[in-house]
Amino acid sequence: MADNKFAAYICSGCGIGDTLDIAGLEKIATREGKMALVKSHPFLCNAEGVQLIKDDIEKEAVTHICVAACSRRAKTEAFNFPTVSMSRANLREGVLWVVAEGAEHDEVRQEMAEDYIRMGCAEVKKMSLPQGNAKRDQTQNKTILVVGGGMSGMTAALASAEAGYEVALVEKTAALGGFAGKLWKRVPFSSPYADPQATGVAEMAAKISANGRIKVHLNTTVAETGGAPGRFKVKLAQESGVVNDMTVGAIIQASGFTPYDMAKLPELGAGQANVVDQAGLEAMACAANGGAIKRADGKEVKSVVFVQCAGQRDETGTHLAYCSGHCCATSIKQAMYFKDANPEVDTVVVYDDLRVPGMGEDFYRSAQKKGVVFTKGKASKVTGGDSCKVEFTDLILDEPTSVDADLVVLATGQVANAGVNLDAWTEVNTAAEGGNEEAKQKRSEMKTISVLNLDYRQGPDVPQFKYGFADSHFICFPYETRRTGIYAAGPMRRPMDMLQATEDATGAAMKAIQAVENAAQGRAAHPRAGDLSYPIVRLEGCTQCKRCTVECPFGAIDEDEKRFPVFNEERCRRCGTCMGACPVRVISFENYSCDTVGMQVKAVNVPDEDEEKPRILILACENDAYPALDMAGVQRLTYSAYVRAIPVRCLGSVNTIWITDALNQGFDGVMMMGCKKGDDYQCHFVKGSEMAYYRLSKIGDTLTQLGLEPERVVTEEVAITDNARVAKLINDYAAQLNDLGLSPMKGFG
Amino acid sequence: MSDLNTQAVARYKNNFLREVEERVEEGNMVKMCMQCGVCAGSCPFGPHWQHSPQKIFMMIRAGKREELLTSDSMWMCTSCYNCIVRCPRKLPITHIIHGLANYAHRLKLVPKGQPTRDVTKLFWDNLMKVGRINELTFSLALYFKDGLVQGIKNSLAMQSAGLGLLKAGRLNPMEIFGGHKCKEQSGIHRMIAKAREIEDGRRGLLA
Amino acid sequence: MAKKQYAFYPGCSSQKGASAANYIASFGVMCDKLGIQLNEVPDWNCCGASIGYGEGGELPRMVLNARNLAIAEKELPGQDIVSGCPACWLGLREAVDRLHEHPQMKTDTNEALKEVNLTYQGTSNAKARHMTEVLIEDIGYEAMKAAVVKPLDGVKIAGYVGCQANRPYGIAGESFENPLYLDRMIEAVGAEAVPYEQKVACCGGALAFSEPEKSQNLIRQIVESAYDNGADMIATPCPLCQANVEIYQAEINKKHGTKLAMPVLYYSQLLSVAFGGSIKEAGLNGQLLRAEQLEKIAGK
Repeated sequence: MADNKFAAYICSGCGIGDTLDIAGLEKIATREGKMALVKSHPFLCNAEGVQLIKDDIEKEAVTHICVAACSRRAKTEAFNFPTVSMSRANLREGVLWVVAEGAEHDEVRQEMAEDYIRMGCAEVKKMSLPQGNAKRDQTQNKTILVVGGGMSGMTAALASAEAGYEVALVEKTAALGGFAGKLWKRVPFSSPYADPQATGVAEMAAKISANGRIKVHLNTTVAETGGAPGRFKVKLAQESGVVNDMTVGAIIQASGFTPYDMAKLPELGAGQANVVDQAGLEAMACAANGGAIKRADGKEVKSVVFVQCAGQRDETGTHLAYCSGHCCATSIKQAMYFKDANPEVDTVVVYDDLRVPGMGEDFYRSAQKKGVVFTKGKASKVTGGDSCKVEFTDLILDEPTSVDADLVVLATGQVANAGVNLDAWTEVNTAAEGGNEEAKQKRSEMKTISVLNLDYRQGPDVPQFKYGFADSHFICFPYETRRTGIYAAGPMRRPMDMLQATEDATGAAMKAIQAVENAAQGRAAHPRAGDLSYPIVRLEGCTQCKRCTVECPFGAIDEDEKRFPVFNEERCRRCGTCMGACPVRVISFENYSCDTVGMQVKAVNVPDEDEEKPRILILACENDAYPALDMAGVQRLTYSAYVRAIPVRCLGSVNTIWITDALNQGFDGVMMMGCKKGDDYQCHFVKGSEMAYYRLSKIGDTLTQLGLEPERVVTEEVAITDNARVAKLINDYAAQLNDLGLSPMKGFG
Repeated sequence: MSDLNTQAVARYKNNFLREVEERVEEGNMVKMCMQCGVCAGSCPFGPHWQHSPQKIFMMIRAGKREELLTSDSMWMCTSCYNCIVRCPRKLPITHIIHGLANYAHRLKLVPKGQPTRDVTKLFWDNLMKVGRINELTFSLALYFKDGLVQGIKNSLAMQSAGLGLLKAGRLNPMEIFGGHKCKEQSGIHRMIAKAREIEDGRRGLLA
Repeated sequence: MAKKQYAFYPGCSSQKGASAANYIASFGVMCDKLGIQLNEVPDWNCCGASIGYGEGGELPRMVLNARNLAIAEKELPGQDIVSGCPACWLGLREAVDRLHEHPQMKTDTNEALKEVNLTYQGTSNAKARHMTEVLIEDIGYEAMKAAVVKPLDGVKIAGYVGCQANRPYGIAGESFENPLYLDRMIEAVGAEAVPYEQKVACCGGALAFSEPEKSQNLIRQIVESAYDNGADMIATPCPLCQANVEIYQAEINKKHGTKLAMPVLYYSQLLSVAFGGSIKEAGLNGQLLRAEQLEKIAGK
């Protein structure tokens, strides 16, 4: 490989040259940045400017470039040089647009720009060109495994096959259809949204059988899953005991839901004659086949009451705490079963809040037109028998009342079939590994409900979030689980109706396709889609502390027998949380490492105490906080010129060494900006910002040992829309540091 | 209580909703209420209703026939039409309330002395006389509806206003002798009688 | 230029010597200056008003309005039927709508109309309209402005649209919660339209008779809000609003010790004065609470 040759290109367009001393910046890049070539251009992102760089790469054998112009988030198509390593010094959004105008700010503005040049040069020197996953010849499998043959699974299988991918569709029962297959009809999904529609399950199943790309495995479960995207190794176990090994590229988990067990609702008539749940009513409707619906005792139902939210939205902690979303529309549909067969049947729906998302309002109105009576009330007691009685509080008339009926239907809601809860698993597994026999027994019991039986160090299924549903990034990546290459579709990831499940399945299929294609090219999946870098570990320095394996939000790192980490690059999302976690800093990426950031921190020129110019280091998440900083610039909101901002892949990748180095060097404060954490997290890597907070909570002692106030390091949650807030946060923090006084560490660095 | 009421109870048993659908103006829209309560919150007389429109629609579904028809709630409607324009389900609420009031009145279930019922009856009777409202005789009838003594009190209370209107040329004492009227009075009487007969027939209200 | 022709349905309160006599008086100058010819519907009858519901029932009220429509259709063919009273307008317009939408209702109505030897055809495009619709849609704000000879400079007016001039039909293109047409008319004659909260509030309507306390509470809020926002007077397009809000101020004062004395005018009186009408021509002598500022302008 040829020697490295470094070059810096400074753009003086967009007003940069009018305000900053470009010659001064060139001098910094040459003398301090030690760039072999330094050039400036009045319009670097135009064809001529770009050509200038291309020519140098070709003719001057430049291998590393620092482009000092606009933000790294701007002009990415113009500044796209895939054959060289590149850093970007943000002179426009980061300096020109955010430092107050006027000659009195010229000095600090120029200092800020000079530091960004120093930082850009320092960063690129530590970068190397990512080569992609070296093992990608082993990750070429593009078959998509769909687990679950219900509406979601069938939709995902068809979508994947129609896009040209081989599909293995695994269904544990003897037939496709899942819950949808047991329905008489479904809630309408097309205009005019007035009547129940045929489920279409049989047609879908026929289409699947006829599709040569789909191989259906009935009476089959997944006995074991290992590997990573592009090379998952799966054992499919048939009911007969036969086990087949197969390799797949990605997995769609569409394991559906189970209706909440109505036996847990004795006060609502569970176990009594003529009290059924919605699934029970579907069976009765199927038996009636469009005619009058009859009870178990053969009597024709002349009056029926639907009790909504049965065992749902429960505030006592006994039953489901959440709303399952589909049950109001389902009850409306079921009431229509009766009305459509015989308009004289009395149908009453007792609801608390009627929730009919999508076009459900039209469906609701249609039911009202058909004479279904809706009563806002909360049921307290149901008595079954020949004449059933529903006692409830009328929430409009505010009084206890009751209604008699031949049949009562309870809307009980959805419980996710998401497999083993990993939090519970980890506890039991740790005890079992410690030799506890009882725990070993418990562990085998737990495994019986596992859907995927992953052999991952982190447990046998995808991680769950609230209420036992699979975790997925609600805002940005809804079908993502926290296991790369495994996608969640349908009511196992959140409660939903059939239409939503089919949309989910289509989305998950697209994600699975992206996953196999990315794996085949050795690249990352989103949010760093296309990133060819991957974590490299210097095992000789590893202390087997297991922090990386524990903290990886995606379960990408297993452990070998000697407890050394084993990286599954294809599972990695390139967030760098492992790198942030590593106390001995042996994990790095080719283009992002402890050094690429650390050297930027060191490159900042920290003025002596007597200059009274503080320096504030900002480590900003590239997903939300850094764009918010850029947008503050676009809106010409000004903030302190003492700030030096460095984008990081995720706050989770922040290694505490950067913070202690910065403080040792004389920085007066360090501000970290990351995404919202907690239950309604917005972190693009799920756990990254949470890890950063956790680690930071332990840094206070270190600061005190250094003789520094803990307030010198702060962490803020910043959303991408927080452009005005972010400027205010900086200025408030600068004022707070001003009150605190300059760091006593200056001059020692 | 009336024969009409007994007949209605027998005919509809406990299905008050159906009774309203068949017999009350725009009654077939009652079932479309989604209980949001915007009507109740929009009514200028809101606090004065024993049962708000929202509750009235619920009572109809809950079969609270007697309780509703004997209440004075429907008589609190000022016909401002606020509820109609705000109803997200486009129920003609004002018309339904008018219809319920009319129906309760027809069945003789309205509490005695309900002032708005008395006013609407006096108004109608007044217009029926000559085909137009005679404001003087209407006012006098209003003042004296609760008897002579109360009538004189009422008249005295509004005396200054009356005199003001008189002075302003907006109340004509000569109207006591008849005043403005339609030429075709008997035809109008026959026409209205016919209309009522047709409507009662359609609603099953012919005794 | 030929005058625009309209069938005119004055309604009971707008007859000579009735409570809205001042309203109808002001139509003369206004219509004359704007080229509007009103042709009274012969032998019209009462519309039944909204308050007629209790005794009247649905079809009898429908038939009352249908008779007026049938006469207008026959005697004044093709002309829109116009009323100055929102209740009258509402009765007519509701009748037109329902007779068009419900064939059974139309059959029943015509059956009853046989008793007066009439049939409602409903085949022409003649519409039921309020006088303000004619002014806004057929004449326009600019033409109203152009006819002003005595601008109402410095007069602050709270436009009180009330209920039935606004709901359920209202003026096309206006919002129910904040209609602007009355304010624009006030501004067209050179006065200042005062913003206040009670623009579309209810005065109690016919329940001012049966529920005086409750209605007077509403009226008090309307007048006090107009005062609080600096209005000199209130202007309205509705005879019942005008009567209620004007007449009961003295009652409210008696009961609550307030000193309400806010003149309540019709929009047509403002136009009449601005177009050069005398005190009498503008019906200003018909006010219980005299509008001295307007009288001064009219007397100039």
